[in-house]
Amino acid sequence: MSILVYLDSADGKIKKSALEVITYGADLAKMKNEKLVGVVIGSCTDDLSQLGKYGLQEVYWINKGETRVSAQDTDALAIGELAEQLQATTLLFSHSLNGKLLAPLASTRLKAGIVTGVIEIPDLTNGITVKKSVFSGKAYASIEIKSNRCVLTINPNSYSVKEVGGNAIVTESTIQIPASRIKSRSVQKIAGELSLTEATTVVSAGRGLKGPENWGMVEELATSLHAALACSRPVADAHWRPHHEHVGQTGIAIAPNLYIAIGISGAIQHLAGVNRSKVIVVINKDPEAPFFKAADYGIVGDAFEIVPKLTAAIKNLNAN
Amino acid sequence: MKILVCISKTPDTTAKIAFTDNNTKFDTNGVQWIVNPWDEWFALVRAIELKEANPAAILHLITVGESDADPIIRKALALGGDEAFRINAVATDGQYVAEQIAAVAKTGNYDLLLTGKETIDYNGSAMGGILAGLLDYPYISLATKLDIQNNQAIVTREIEGGEEICEAPLPLVISAQKGMAEARIPNMRGIMAARTKPLHVLEPVSSSNLTSIKQYHLPTAKSGVKLIPADQPEELVRLLHEEAKVI
Repeated sequence: MSILVYLDSADGKIKKSALEVITYGADLAKMKNEKLVGVVIGSCTDDLSQLGKYGLQEVYWINKGETRVSAQDTDALAIGELAEQLQATTLLFSHSLNGKLLAPLASTRLKAGIVTGVIEIPDLTNGITVKKSVFSGKAYASIEIKSNRCVLTINPNSYSVKEVGGNAIVTESTIQIPASRIKSRSVQKIAGELSLTEATTVVSAGRGLKGPENWGMVEELATSLHAALACSRPVADAHWRPHHEHVGQTGIAIAPNLYIAIGISGAIQHLAGVNRSKVIVVINKDPEAPFFKAADYGIVGDAFEIVPKLTAAIKNLNAN
Repeated sequence: MKILVCISKTPDTTAKIAFTDNNTKFDTNGVQWIVNPWDEWFALVRAIELKEANPAAILHLITVGESDADPIIRKALALGGDEAFRINAVATDGQYVAEQIAAVAKTGNYDLLLTGKETIDYNGSAMGGILAGLLDYPYISLATKLDIQNNQAIVTREIEGGEEICEAPLPLVISAQKGMAEARIPNMRGIMAARTKPLHVLEPVSSSNLTSIKQYHLPTAKSGVKLIPADQPEELVRLLHEEAKVI
């Protein structure tokens, strides 16, 4: 019996969210007294045996020589086949772009119950019950899974990576991935951007910035914090910023350690996408902005004066 | 070409989220219901655009829900679509919904099955993939663009750090997100026409129920904001560094 973790990679590197899922799997494997096994698809430049450090015991490597830009739908069939070979009780993915593609296809292949967006280790006292985020972060639900085998996707930034030490045995798998009927024509990468869902710090700005020409100071603040950039919906709708930066109920839901909101009033739809952030800082000139009620720290005042000073203070901290 | 758009009924984005019966049921008291924005704004509107470009195309809508979902289907039909199906059952989870829709899709010979990337209530993001798995159709998730050329779909999808343009044969299942289309508002003619469009109510097929919600929880409220004077941003930096330990 084992737990199988899909190791999400991008550009040949194992992603941080995959390490979080390994840690989740290691804790679950200990509770269930099962082996923790990983699966990687396509070429990878990281030393996979080093993943043992996070509790992974074995890694199966499918299509080692193939350079990949992203997961494809039929990968899920190969992962499902491996799960059967290993008699995996649990199949874990990150709730990432690849996880959202593969997890439901794999659960169908395995006739397994699926719960996505899981935020905590399962409760095993009576079968398996997992807690997931629902209503776009406005609530949580505890969900019982009634099948013997289950597929879970774990929300990024909800489970901290832990090192336990050890080495993983890496084995090349002979499982064949069926050819996908979908053919790639071209790929466009947006260079140098931090993944918003994986970022530990996010700097976000809204209509209070008055126009796209004023984003320079926000970018500078984000750079000083190694943070990803985000924005509110009106800003994306007005095309001040690209749509993929829109966080909120109808944008991306994020849960960074630190979320800094500048000139965003904090409408309920925006809060829904960010209220799982561990610490929220709000900078707004309106003391009545609803966002202050959801914030940990706040500054009431003019963003155009505060933000450059804040960036200077952070640079000062970084320098010391 | 035959298109099937899967829609869900969800609480309005401003709805207050509360629970009853010892936190086991969603409190629907005073809740306004809408078509799930991801289904309506992107999947449905793009399907309507494809039909406008190709008037011979047939556009069907489908939902899983009890009779209280009828007004939501009519709302969607007011935007466009020829007829709709409602599977008369409670949508318990994404798998159940996918099994119900697959049963209709199997006999309907649809070329294109579209759904939103997730619902704004259960945020599953799994129904489209399960549907594709059940039908053994190719699946493209999180698509931002869709065109049909020579009986092939040309689709742009979001991938890690960028986007990929791919081509796929029909039939095909796609989950749609932002970029796919611009939200529309139904006009009076559409609303009137929707009243008489056929709405077929079907009984559910037997289906696996592999998950069930045991309890809901509301997040613990924040203890209150700590305000820092506007002229002391360095104090905020100190607190984030020493107290919150996040920088």
